[in-house]
Amino acid sequence: MRRVAVVVFPGSNCEAETLAAAQAAGADAYFVWHRDTDLRQADVVILPGGFSYGDYLRSGAIARFSPVMAAVTAHARAGGAVLGICNGFQILCEAGLLPGGLMRNAGLRFVSRPMRVRVEATDTPFTCQYAKGEILDIPIAHGDGRFVAEARTMAELEASERIVWRYVLDNPTGSNDAIAGISSANRNVVGIMPHPERRSAPVLGSPDGARVFQSMEACNAPQHADDVRVGGDQHLRV
Amino acid sequence: MTAFRVEVRVMPRGALLDPQGQAVEHALHALGFGDVTRVRVGKHLVLDLEAASDDEAAARARTMCERLLANPITEDFQVSVRSS
Repeated sequence: MRRVAVVVFPGSNCEAETLAAAQAAGADAYFVWHRDTDLRQADVVILPGGFSYGDYLRSGAIARFSPVMAAVTAHARAGGAVLGICNGFQILCEAGLLPGGLMRNAGLRFVSRPMRVRVEATDTPFTCQYAKGEILDIPIAHGDGRFVAEARTMAELEASERIVWRYVLDNPTGSNDAIAGISSANRNVVGIMPHPERRSAPVLGSPDGARVFQSMEACNAPQHADDVRVGGDQHLRV
Repeated sequence: MTAFRVEVRVMPRGALLDPQGQAVEHALHALGFGDVTRVRVGKHLVLDLEAASDDEAAARARTMCERLLANPITEDFQVSVRSS
């Protein structure tokens, strides 16, 4: 059972579903408030969707300076698994933990509908339970989802197979190269615009997103280098 | 220390699609302003701050742009300073 910190910013609105999806996958998931500076020995950190700080200035631009982000950055730099969903993806880009940025949708409209999304990389802590090329039915709900990056960065993402999900059939946000999600160079930080937590059980329409959370339970992802757990009154390094 | 007013202009990078600019351009064409060949939409921020000199005020504002006010991947910025 992995410890999963779901970070809540003012304006987050997908934290409850994200926590429930992580718990349904067997994780010991809990909320961490953006003012906290302690991730409480998290193995995995998830930045959920929403509209942190009202998307003022740019989506994610202010949240990335929240007190908790120093701990999230340290966790990521130490190789810990981090997933940013929608606004969480935007925050990770603003924080420099993922390359590129997410700009206003090409059609200027907020797009909220199911999308067909293809799994392009399965060597991440959040996709190891999928098959490469598998096509999922997962919804998007965002106004700023057009992924952009310099040509050199795009080439690098492609060459190092860091594009984790792509839209198929259509790409209503105009995202570069139909990108729906990417990973960091060492694969431990992953951002996804669609909402896997909204398709994490058959009762929600499909279980296609559930394996994002099952993957983080199943995969042997690197843990925080300095992770210390409290067991009884003894501190155990794990 | 002197009070300065710093105006910061943040624009989407020229090479990137600016759908807001395109929408405004289309609306202007619909209103009969067919002479408009390109519109881009950015942000204008006005900051009041204290600094020892206008150079220092500008340098502070540029640092603010690099850290928060502009995203270097998607936006360019310009800073102008005057005493207030």
